[in-house]
Amino acid sequence: MEILNEIKFSMPSLSVNESSARAAVSSFIVQADPTVEELSDIRTAVSEAVTNSIVHGYRGTQGRIDIIVRLLPEREIYIRIKDTGCGISDVKQAMTPLFTTAPEEERSGLGFSVMESFMDRLSVKSSVGKGTTVTMRKRLAPHGG
Amino acid sequence: MNIDILSENGTAVAVLKGEIDHHSAKSAREQLDSFIITMQPDVLAIDLSGISFMDSSGIGLIMGRQKLLKECGGRLEVRKPQPYIRRVLRLSGIERIVRIT
Repeated sequence: MEILNEIKFSMPSLSVNESSARAAVSSFIVQADPTVEELSDIRTAVSEAVTNSIVHGYRGTQGRIDIIVRLLPEREIYIRIKDTGCGISDVKQAMTPLFTTAPEEERSGLGFSVMESFMDRLSVKSSVGKGTTVTMRKRLAPHGG
Repeated sequence: MNIDILSENGTAVAVLKGEIDHHSAKSAREQLDSFIITMQPDVLAIDLSGISFMDSSGIGLIMGRQKLLKECGGRLEVRKPQPYIRRVLRLSGIERIVRIT
């Protein structure tokens, strides 16, 4: 993977950091001159992944969330969001629209659906007791396109 | 996020400003539920014109208030979402349950 530019950061799984993660990713991606819609899509996907780590991965406990954002050739954005929380026993079920294990917190079960819809590619790798890694890619429209 | 609730021709209008995510939805939920339980409005309109960001936490926030209002005999509406937020709403299929204008 040829990497043109990259940031890595780590933060505790505090809900107040959901907006911090969005802001950090946005400020890095702006150098690729995304459209307003592309930036909104990426911000939303990042927010969903980080919230999943906080709400489901760490479930009231606290851990760290590691985020890598890369700018790849041909205006492709790569984002990896990793936690070392409880993991997901059935990833396929977790990715089913409207499925949630936290209805009492009014989770809509749409997090993965939003990530899939707003990004080009989504990969979820999880191991029970070890954590979850979400990788997303999105190719920005050509300049002037 | 800030919430101002005002009355407009017999309809309660909650004007939300800022960003809706899992973190901010908690306080919004408390404020709106307190108003619904205390005032029991026939109609509560949530005005999203001042919302610059919303992820699926906003869907949970809207659905939860719709459920509570229904239990109280009222009805929820959503008003003036920005185009990007309309996309999130559309993805959820919420417009089948809640009127969006």
